[in-house]
Amino acid sequence: MKKTNKISGSEAVIKCLLEEGVDIIYGYPGGAIMPIYDELFKYEDKLNHILTRHEQGATHAAQGYARVTGKVGVVTATSGPGATNLVTGIADAQIDSTPMVCITGQVASHLLGSDAFQECDIIGISTPVTKWNCQITKASDIPEVIAKAFYIAKSGRPGPVLIDITKDAQFELMEFKYKKCHSIRSYTPIPKFSINEINKAAELINNSKKPFIVFGQGVILGNAEAEFKEFIEKTGIPAAWTILGLSALSSDHPLNVGMVGMHGNYGPNVLTNECDVLIAIGMRFDDRVTGNLETYAKQAKIIHFEIDPAEVNKNVKVDIAVLGNVKDTLPELIELVKEKSHTNWINKFHSFYKKEFDKVIKNDLHPSKEGLTMGEVIREINEFSKGNAIIVSDVGQHQMVACRYASFNYSKSNVTSGGLGTMGFALPAAIGAKMGAPDREVIAIIGDGGYQMTIQELGTIFQTGCAVKIVVLNNEYLGMVRQWQQMFFDKRYASTEMINPDFVKIAKGYFIDGKKIKKRENLKSSIKEMINSKKPYFLEVCVEKEANVFPMIPSGASVSDVRLE
Amino acid sequence: MTNKLNTYTVSIYTENNIGLLNRISAIFLKRHVNIESLTTSQSEIDNIYRFVIVVKVLESKIQNIIKQIDKQIEVIAAFYHTDKETIFLETALYKVKSKSLFNEKHIQKIIKNSQANIVTVSPDYFVIEKTGWREETEKLYDSLEPYGLLQFVRSGRISVSKEAMNISNILGLNTDE
Repeated sequence: MKKTNKISGSEAVIKCLLEEGVDIIYGYPGGAIMPIYDELFKYEDKLNHILTRHEQGATHAAQGYARVTGKVGVVTATSGPGATNLVTGIADAQIDSTPMVCITGQVASHLLGSDAFQECDIIGISTPVTKWNCQITKASDIPEVIAKAFYIAKSGRPGPVLIDITKDAQFELMEFKYKKCHSIRSYTPIPKFSINEINKAAELINNSKKPFIVFGQGVILGNAEAEFKEFIEKTGIPAAWTILGLSALSSDHPLNVGMVGMHGNYGPNVLTNECDVLIAIGMRFDDRVTGNLETYAKQAKIIHFEIDPAEVNKNVKVDIAVLGNVKDTLPELIELVKEKSHTNWINKFHSFYKKEFDKVIKNDLHPSKEGLTMGEVIREINEFSKGNAIIVSDVGQHQMVACRYASFNYSKSNVTSGGLGTMGFALPAAIGAKMGAPDREVIAIIGDGGYQMTIQELGTIFQTGCAVKIVVLNNEYLGMVRQWQQMFFDKRYASTEMINPDFVKIAKGYFIDGKKIKKRENLKSSIKEMINSKKPYFLEVCVEKEANVFPMIPSGASVSDVRLE
Repeated sequence: MTNKLNTYTVSIYTENNIGLLNRISAIFLKRHVNIESLTTSQSEIDNIYRFVIVVKVLESKIQNIIKQIDKQIEVIAAFYHTDKETIFLETALYKVKSKSLFNEKHIQKIIKNSQANIVTVSPDYFVIEKTGWREETEKLYDSLEPYGLLQFVRSGRISVSKEAMNISNILGLNTDE
């Protein structure tokens, strides 16, 4: 009999992942993906599978991993509920451009469409929230589809891809041959840039008196931090970040003027409507950044550096669009721009900062009142981290405070759910972040609401010993919603108050050291204890119950109408 | 920018792929845009398919929609055109009782004047086909309705643009064109 080199579709999946350099995957087994898990068992020395406690946790962990490493996060789940539980994380990865490949099991191909046990049309469901998705019913298609999936997920503007593999295709035998994908004829990941547009941009920049940069995650995804820094240092232009652009430029850089947007800094928001040239770099003019579009930077000429043509003129009409990866376009621009400094203009940012400091920041970071503030917790964390930690934040008031006040020396250090605003993101994302950057301190800052949405991932932390530091800022409210209720709904606190369990006991139940503090005098020592711990650590800080986050641009208002109180 | 809804013919060249229709229609769904008609067929290039979709949307929206369609992996290129920029037709079929054809002399005149064709005649019914603009198929509908329409159906728009779309160039294929 002729000897055969055939392997199963399942083994092919594992071999493909290894070919793509994957060494860690997050997932949860179940009926329709058991053949793949059986192969994982055989390859466990090469491919580390992290069993999360819920499939959503697996997606966020993969996102956290992807965001700190720049590599593709990989998720596996079974059919039906396993697959539907991925949807939130996939949607989050789509809107925040996070490279991720999700592999789901599916019922056998002869059962497709018959409402079989745990059958679910995950291709149909995931279509609007994936960059690409594909169902495989034949083992022989596995290598080509997986190669394509990784190429699509990480190239151009990254995003999530889902591959659904029927159970019979997992069992079927096939000849394995792997070829990495480097192009797809119908797909242009990085549009060619036009030197003509760069010339025009340089001319505008060289002639501008009050130029202003807003940068986003495009700088990080393009690995263009050095080019970006060179550009701003040569031109002396003040630069503000979107929430996903945070950490691309170190916090203490003299040209870093803070955050734009709804809870961004006072100066960057007000001066958006005073600059003469607005240079948007790798950002997409989200409504949380622009406020009312009718009054957004109308006085300015706008230049947009962007990899995704669909983002150009989507929300804000721009005067010059420079398509392409900023890694390629910024060096061309740097050649053409003149060395300058804009002292008076930058001083304006400083004077706005002083106003903001007196009205908001001072009370946040150095409160005179009795109650602990979220801001002082972050300030204290900065004291110990020295800006070297990875900060993973959840969604809500604490997220805005963490992003406003945490300091960063290194890029890819701010992990948060920006576009989708997914509560429950931080705890599992911190697990992935720590596994992606095991030598770095990873601190998750979470509210008491979001924490309870994925609290089961404490089980993953316990089982893996993943040394994440968890800080829950507990105000016993869904604080951001409560703030809006206070400001815009006459203080009708509809379903925002939370009666919480003993979080420290829950952590202890998972054998995670923990502490709860209510007083300022215990803050420093507790954070020190947390940072010094080599193991996972849980710290609950009871903060002021009804504190509000300012500055704030009320929904629908103009950026220049940003309020300090 | 006007707030007027315009009619646009959207032409999309794609790889053949299960689920692509869903992916494209989801982009209209996301923006709460109704699809007036949709036709898919092979294109002038082997294994490349063409969608022709008619929508009524704001001028300010159509460019964003086209770019969001264009960025889908298996979409080769997407275009939009106003009615003036395309040559377009629709086909309609009308099923009528046969006895009207013989009893009502008018019907024969209507068919002749509207340049419609009789596709089939059976003892019970006959079928008329009319290809043309929407107004023409509607006019014929109005004329035939009094005689009792057993069935009526109209196809989606098919259209070719006046300007070249240069799909071969996008794909790097050599053509004699």
